[in-house]
Amino acid sequence: IYRSKHMESGQPHKRRKTSDANETEDHLESLICKVGEKSACSLESNLEGLAGVLEADLPNYKSKILRLLCTVARLLPEKLTIYTTLVGLLNARNYNFGGEFVEAMIRQLKESLKANNYNEAVYLVRFLSDLVNCHVIAAPSMVAMFENFVSVTQEEDVPQVRRDWYVYAFLSSLPWVGKELYEKKDAEMDRIFANTESYLKRRQKTHVPMLQVWTADKPHPQEEYLDCLWAQIQKLKKDRWQERHILRPYLAFDSILCEALQHNLPPFTPPPHTEDSVYPMPRVIFRMFDYTDDPEGPVMPGSHSVERFVIEENLHCIIKSHWKERKTCAAQLVSYPGKNKIPLNYHIVEVIFAELFQLPAPPHIDVMYTTLLIELCKLQPGSLPQVLAQATEMLYMRLDTMNTTCVDRFINWFSHHLSNFQFRWSWEDWSDCLSQDPESPKPKFVREVLEKCMRLSYHQRILDIVPPTFSALCPANPTCIYKYGDESSNSLPGHSVALCLAVAFKSKATNDEIFSILKDVPNPNQDDDDDEGFSFNPLKIEVFVQTLLHLAAKSFSHSFSALAKFHEVFKTLAESDEGKLHVLRVMFEVWRNHPQMIAVLVDKMIRTQIVDCAAVANWIFSSELSRDFTRLFVWEILHSTIRKMNKHVLKIQKELEEAKEKLARQHKRRSDDDDRSSDRKDGVLEEQIERLQEKVESAQSEQKNLFLVIFQRFIMILTEHLVRCETDGTSVLTPWYKNCIERLQQIFLQHHQIIQQYMVTLENLLFTAELDPHILAVFQQFCALQA
Amino acid sequence: MILMVFSGSVTAAKLDRKRPSACCPTSTISKDLKILCKDPVSELSCCRDHQFSGSKFQQEKLLKESSTMSMRNLSFYTTEEKIHELFSRSGIKTIFMGLDKIKKTACGFCFVEYHNRTDAENAMWFLNGTCLDEWIICTDWDIGFREGQQYGRGKSGGQVRDEFREDFHSGRGGFGRQSQI
Repeated sequence: IYRSKHMESGQPHKRRKTSDANETEDHLESLICKVGEKSACSLESNLEGLAGVLEADLPNYKSKILRLLCTVARLLPEKLTIYTTLVGLLNARNYNFGGEFVEAMIRQLKESLKANNYNEAVYLVRFLSDLVNCHVIAAPSMVAMFENFVSVTQEEDVPQVRRDWYVYAFLSSLPWVGKELYEKKDAEMDRIFANTESYLKRRQKTHVPMLQVWTADKPHPQEEYLDCLWAQIQKLKKDRWQERHILRPYLAFDSILCEALQHNLPPFTPPPHTEDSVYPMPRVIFRMFDYTDDPEGPVMPGSHSVERFVIEENLHCIIKSHWKERKTCAAQLVSYPGKNKIPLNYHIVEVIFAELFQLPAPPHIDVMYTTLLIELCKLQPGSLPQVLAQATEMLYMRLDTMNTTCVDRFINWFSHHLSNFQFRWSWEDWSDCLSQDPESPKPKFVREVLEKCMRLSYHQRILDIVPPTFSALCPANPTCIYKYGDESSNSLPGHSVALCLAVAFKSKATNDEIFSILKDVPNPNQDDDDDEGFSFNPLKIEVFVQTLLHLAAKSFSHSFSALAKFHEVFKTLAESDEGKLHVLRVMFEVWRNHPQMIAVLVDKMIRTQIVDCAAVANWIFSSELSRDFTRLFVWEILHSTIRKMNKHVLKIQKELEEAKEKLARQHKRRSDDDDRSSDRKDGVLEEQIERLQEKVESAQSEQKNLFLVIFQRFIMILTEHLVRCETDGTSVLTPWYKNCIERLQQIFLQHHQIIQQYMVTLENLLFTAELDPHILAVFQQFCALQA
Repeated sequence: MILMVFSGSVTAAKLDRKRPSACCPTSTISKDLKILCKDPVSELSCCRDHQFSGSKFQQEKLLKESSTMSMRNLSFYTTEEKIHELFSRSGIKTIFMGLDKIKKTACGFCFVEYHNRTDAENAMWFLNGTCLDEWIICTDWDIGFREGQQYGRGKSGGQVRDEFREDFHSGRGGFGRQSQI
């Protein structure tokens, strides 16, 4: 199979030559990508064969081969040592090619850094460092590069995250190449180490609490990622760089490789910091398992062992490569090389949850992890489900100190997962939560899970799947509550109008007809009736919204139709801010048993501009919602609202950009053509740009206002609580407070890119030094994230 | 201790004869490798809308850009709310429930529309093949919902597939129409 296709083709016709070339290129790509996978032959013989094929194809396909090898270095980091060995073999056969490859890699590294692709750049640096082991790159030149990296820690007036990255790129390559570099250049390496250590001691870590999944240090502290890596490298150094986990195919080729001539890396100057540079966010290392959790199987490497680092890196890389295809991803994860020596299922589950719970956000969409875990359960039905169940149990037990955002994700994951397994779970194991304060994390979690499970099944099903003792935690039957529905409502104000409206709706009345019925509704807020008829009248809103939503209660589609059909009435009634708030209030009264319906109605009302985002924010912080303030659906609504606002601003900004580009193109054409009519075209376009500019400014102002409202409200309720606790002498840390302060954190984290734009205003207006330190701390942690 | 959890129940769900399909995931990184683009269900299914008035090429182009998908093997009891809950995990826009042309009741299919292709792709990649109401979800790309599409095209008012079905599905009205006496 490794005979070169090129050698087989004869003298082809020109057209066939192109398709032959494409075919060969595809073939080469396939050969390179597949090496290392399960095969009848050994890895060594496959590598040797492939090296032979590539060497033979170099005359005609050199640039393609260079590009392919650079790409796999960047995109398949879990197979790092396989490809460095391949490059080593090629270099041994063709010194010039080795040199060109190194140059191409350096070019690619520079491009990645310029494009803010820091995560991929780490893999490139690691690849280069492993090339030292393959005798492609001379050790002293690699040490010199690392010297330059670590010297970035001396730079002033740059974000800490920039310095962090260069230190990380250095430290994270050492498991692969530490031994070799120390053997060749120990004095220089000691100096670099000393510089690294002093940097790590002086860097600030204000951001860490905001990124931790649990607020407790037991049973596993969640360390800041650089601290953890430093401890791991220190330990590796103490062990004299003995590292036995990494697969090193080049060892088998030592006799060939050590004959090869090495190349020197050109001196590498880290590209300077610019305004456009965006560095990776700091992280916290998620740990939930240790060697005590799998007493039967192989021992889990300790948290400060370099093996742990390498295993986790590789598993994260596999997910990064294959996240879109869950079957491949699962297969690659479970066939991790060296799996017999480690409790692989535990590592896999830990790495997946690490990503799912990562703050600010998981690397990939949440639902991917659900599907991946289901796939893994299918693939290893005898072993993985038990580990997953054990993990679920552990997560439940530690709910008291789990970050609220992470609890949200746990709820969504668990309920979706259960819906794929007929909701089977040993709920009795969790009966301890029944005797706790219903606002504390464990019963709250169970309640939210059951509510989500109901959304994926139906009410009676939920009552059936839990023991009778759990009935207090079961969700309400999601029915509509119509206040004018029964006999006792005869005495309610507006009752007769409600009946009238009901008849009108059923006989397909028009907006005008509804308006005329509503005209007669008295305004409880005024002594005289307002002749104009449409200032804020809560009773009008009440009868209209209650009756319409009740009649349209059958399904989402029915409700959406109703909103669309009577849009005019809604818009008029909700014209004022108070009107908008009242519409939301009444809608909530009707549907308080059906949070899912509330969410879709709010969404629809924003999209059809019946209410605006600020109204929703004010409604969420209103007293009517205080009882439900800690419920998940409320925050899902708020974040969805913020996202809609953000998308809206982006959309108009894009329109403006496109219009500006169009004008620029027209100008260019005019200077080329000298056409008179383009003056007119310009005018129209310029007018459009002016309008769009105004639209953008107005949208941005609305967006800023939304965040200000939200932050202001948070500060108000948190301050109230803190003051009250101080006066009463009670502890601040109630379940409500923990929830609320973490919800504030969540606003910052989930929308950090937008909020960065408004930092100055926030600092000057809201998060001033006079603020209670508890609240100010959140703001300071946020500032520290990209400082 | 917890035993027998998270195992085997996927096989209990009903599998449809037509395989689920998705388009090849489009990469956001440049110079991608074909191996990373590979998807076991990357080909469009052979299922084509016979009422499409355009060339096969045009249809395939629309399908590759579409952000709408159809699902044809739902239980008759699967509500719009359930579909919404599940599919909103990747950003849903609208659901069009399929109705029996005569009875105007649910007859086991729907269309799910997303705001953009990416959200739809996420649904294809991560929701397709998992469970909804203990049935395996099978989605197909659709060129976009047109008015009238929400009605079944079988002679009896439901879906064509239920006309000729011979086996018994309690979630899909029992035996197929032609098999019912």
